[in-house]
Amino acid sequence: MAWQDDIYDAFIEAKIRQVAFVPDAGHKEVIRRCLETPSMRAVSMTTEEDGIALLAGAWLGGDRGAMLMQSSGVGNCINMLSLTKICQFPLITLVTMRGEWGEFNTWQIPMGRTTEAHLELCGVACYRCDTPESVGETVRTGIRYAYNTNSAVAVLLGQRLIGAKVFEAGRPEGTR
Amino acid sequence: MSALHRREVVKSLLSNRGDTMVVTGLGQSTYDAFAAGDDPRTFYLWGAMGGAVPIGLGMAIAQPERRTVVITGDGELLMGLGSLSVVGAEQPKNMAVVVLDNGRYGETGQQVTHTARGTDLAGVARSVGFREVFVAEDEATVGEAVRIAREGDGPVFVLIKVSADPVPMVLPPKDGAFLKTRFRQAVVGEDAVG
Repeated sequence: MAWQDDIYDAFIEAKIRQVAFVPDAGHKEVIRRCLETPSMRAVSMTTEEDGIALLAGAWLGGDRGAMLMQSSGVGNCINMLSLTKICQFPLITLVTMRGEWGEFNTWQIPMGRTTEAHLELCGVACYRCDTPESVGETVRTGIRYAYNTNSAVAVLLGQRLIGAKVFEAGRPEGTR
Repeated sequence: MSALHRREVVKSLLSNRGDTMVVTGLGQSTYDAFAAGDDPRTFYLWGAMGGAVPIGLGMAIAQPERRTVVITGDGELLMGLGSLSVVGAEQPKNMAVVVLDNGRYGETGQQVTHTARGTDLAGVARSVGFREVFVAEDEATVGEAVRIAREGDGPVFVLIKVSADPVPMVLPPKDGAFLKTRFRQAVVGEDAVG
């Protein structure tokens, strides 16, 4: 999809070197392209807060990074975001939203409905995208803000943009 | 057999360290590294429990020509065990994880950790794909542990059993932005600050 290409292009332009991710259907295409790019190291994390830590280490060593996760992972990051805040590490994370527009799975609701509030409380500025044409500019602006001002930024990719996951008995897993 | 003292082990590990980058887990590991001699290329954690290994991995990927050594305790590592799987998968050749295992949560009142109740961290490291895993429990083997941590083909995991006797606090700077900036000045250069 074009907006996913826009994210990837923004990473390339901004010389993003390390991409931490927790596997996610909404980020599937960006993850695939980053994994195939020799100038990037896309690192699959077992939990989201380790991605926040990895990117802090990357910046200490001189690499720019970005984090891809799902809204449910934001809750896992809360304590590790104190590292980002107290050390003034730049952080750009792209968060695919669950638990909102068109959600089927009630278990996604508690984190999805409070993702932005959690991030703001942790000192992470939130930019939101609900239309495909807004994604490229928002991600570019978020990366610039993060690295120009040593700040933490999350771009929330709305469920209306990415499409709600379809649940049907008998449907293969991992399809939308 | 007398138990190893963590301060002496870390002093030996960090002597003549060259351009090695170090990240230390919160609590005694941070104090141990500072007691061994301050260096801008040591990033002391005062929080972010469970973060030492993934921070070290980010450093190691960013600076493949330099050694990265993570110095942490069993309790800190147990909070982020999954990060060992990530290191095993990424196979950074220049990275070593050194665990000072006293079987205690020293900062919170000496409660026993899970290594004192059956968890074998070296076994975990072996099973997730660390290239070299070494355990030292006494003076006879600690020298080899230090050598492997400094020179072994990574990813290396060195577990050093140390005395659980409480050690006095020695407090390094805790201003996170200062620690970040001086590290980047020393490793990336003056251009990295701005």
